[in-house]
Amino acid sequence: MTILIANKVGHQFGGLCAVNDFNLKLHYGDLMGVIGPNGAGKTTLFNLITGVYKASEGSILFKGIEIVGKKPNQIAALRIGRTFQNIRLFRDLSVLDNVRIAHHSQTSYNVLEGLLHCGRYAREEQRIIDNSLRLLAIFNLSHLANETAKNLPYGLQRRLEIARALAISPELLLLDEPAAGMNPFEIDELMGLIQSIRKEFQLTILLIEHQMKLVMGICERIHVLDFGETLAVGSPEMIQNNPKVMEAYLGAIPS
Amino acid sequence: MMVLLKQRWDALLESAWLVPLLLVIGFGLAFAIPEYHLLSVYIQLILMYIGINIILATSLNLVNGYMGEFSLAHAGFMAVGAYTSVLLTMKVFPVADFPFLFPCAVLIGGLVAALLGMIVAIPSFKVRGDYLAIITLAFLMIVKSMIENIDAIGGPRGMSGIMKLTTLPWVFFWATTLLWMIRNFIYSKYGRGVLAIREDEIASDLMSVNTQQVKFFAFMLSSFCAGIAGALFAHLLQFISPRIFDITKSTDILIMVYLGGIASIGGSILGATIFTVLLEILRPSTMAALLSWLPPFIFTPLNDYVISHLGIWRMVIMPLILILVMLYWPRGIMGLREFRGFIPRRDKQVHPHNFLHEATNNDNSDRQ
Repeated sequence: MTILIANKVGHQFGGLCAVNDFNLKLHYGDLMGVIGPNGAGKTTLFNLITGVYKASEGSILFKGIEIVGKKPNQIAALRIGRTFQNIRLFRDLSVLDNVRIAHHSQTSYNVLEGLLHCGRYAREEQRIIDNSLRLLAIFNLSHLANETAKNLPYGLQRRLEIARALAISPELLLLDEPAAGMNPFEIDELMGLIQSIRKEFQLTILLIEHQMKLVMGICERIHVLDFGETLAVGSPEMIQNNPKVMEAYLGAIPS
Repeated sequence: MMVLLKQRWDALLESAWLVPLLLVIGFGLAFAIPEYHLLSVYIQLILMYIGINIILATSLNLVNGYMGEFSLAHAGFMAVGAYTSVLLTMKVFPVADFPFLFPCAVLIGGLVAALLGMIVAIPSFKVRGDYLAIITLAFLMIVKSMIENIDAIGGPRGMSGIMKLTTLPWVFFWATTLLWMIRNFIYSKYGRGVLAIREDEIASDLMSVNTQQVKFFAFMLSSFCAGIAGALFAHLLQFISPRIFDITKSTDILIMVYLGGIASIGGSILGATIFTVLLEILRPSTMAALLSWLPPFIFTPLNDYVISHLGIWRMVIMPLILILVMLYWPRGIMGLREFRGFIPRRDKQVHPHNFLHEATNNDNSDRQ
């Protein structure tokens, strides 16, 4: 069963081709890595999938629904969650509120019930709080629920971002450099965390990462991009031994 | 002993019946004061202005404080509410025979203002910050010049002979109802969406917040309240003209919001009250009456030079207060904090601090 199919997706910024002829098939439960040098179009790819940019060519089907042209919140409501390369938390809000906000699309009360605090309001709000606290507990952030997000140390901000992305109960989770700025010990911890949430929430995960330790350690398949073009797709072993990939990363190998 | 008193005081502030009790007392007083002439007519008038200003400040705070936009259109929404309701009470509704039609006229004034608020919400989907401020300013000018050019509603001369229908109980009723609704809105998924938009609009969109819908509702609620405040204002002043609803009116409301503190209902209540009272005290006649207990050899020269020129000086003093507040007290009195009584029980339990979102002094942004 495929969850995400990208077909001949392309995107240009002015004359610059950021992503070209990108094809991807993700099955339910996959854990796939996207790697490539800086400027290869990895984050643009995430922005295309989540609707920040509208792909200029091609189609992206998520659970059989065309998502090119949909607004980011509509795509998020279809259950695609993501994190950001540069942490984009709601900095001045509490840790709990960061997670609560991401429940927006799954909250069923309407604006009148919100204005009058009647009807489904009480039940739904309680459900949001319970679910948010459960998520924070999974990420060991419970004791910080009332802390302002910006006061958290860097590593915990990264964790909170993943918790917030899980609050929209995603089926597909996009992680944009989750290990950026982490030390080897923290990366090990993160690898365990990704594996465990994948199992617990039955996630399909697509992640961008520069830390080869993490990519080679947990990804089942790897997609290599360079200047918007797909260089190679395959298992970690195949990618590691692929001469084109080595060339892109290390420069031309003298013959 | 002191500790015990403090505990008692905290328990009192915590108790669930404090706010309902204050509401009942307030409503009782609102009826009793005009009925038994407990306070002078002048003080009653000021109380009504305070109520109207509280509605205005709190509703503007929704857009300027909670959402972090900068709207100057509030006086325009007021004008729409005022003119709509005045037309209804003067030309359509036989209010003299059926007094209950007055709240209907006020409500319709608010609804028409909300419709226009919807129109202002649309540009906010595309632009933010300074650009949106200019658009709202343009909207205010359009409303003003439209009214000036329609002769049927008095044009630049305005409308006079409006019945005095706004009473203290009505002001109290509308102020509490609207404040309750704004507070409910803020402590709902829509209110959290509004806060998220202030923090990071793209991130909130990606976290499934329907930003356009949230902005729509926030602008509509804000302008609805402004329209109702305008309707009450018109039936209190008994005279309206386009000049009343120009940019200075919007600025007055801005001063109340920023003095009281952004993103705080309690702050807006304080800001509106302080502003209104201060403006009254700075009237030459009020100041003279307040200082008349001074011995004549002090009072007479003071009156000759200072108090009699206060009418001009208060237009200097109020903006000066705004500048000083912005420089030395940018959060205002209650910025980003809230009275505990206003926070719903469920939110209080999960956020045990006295804050909507904790205002910390140690900004650790350099940790990034």
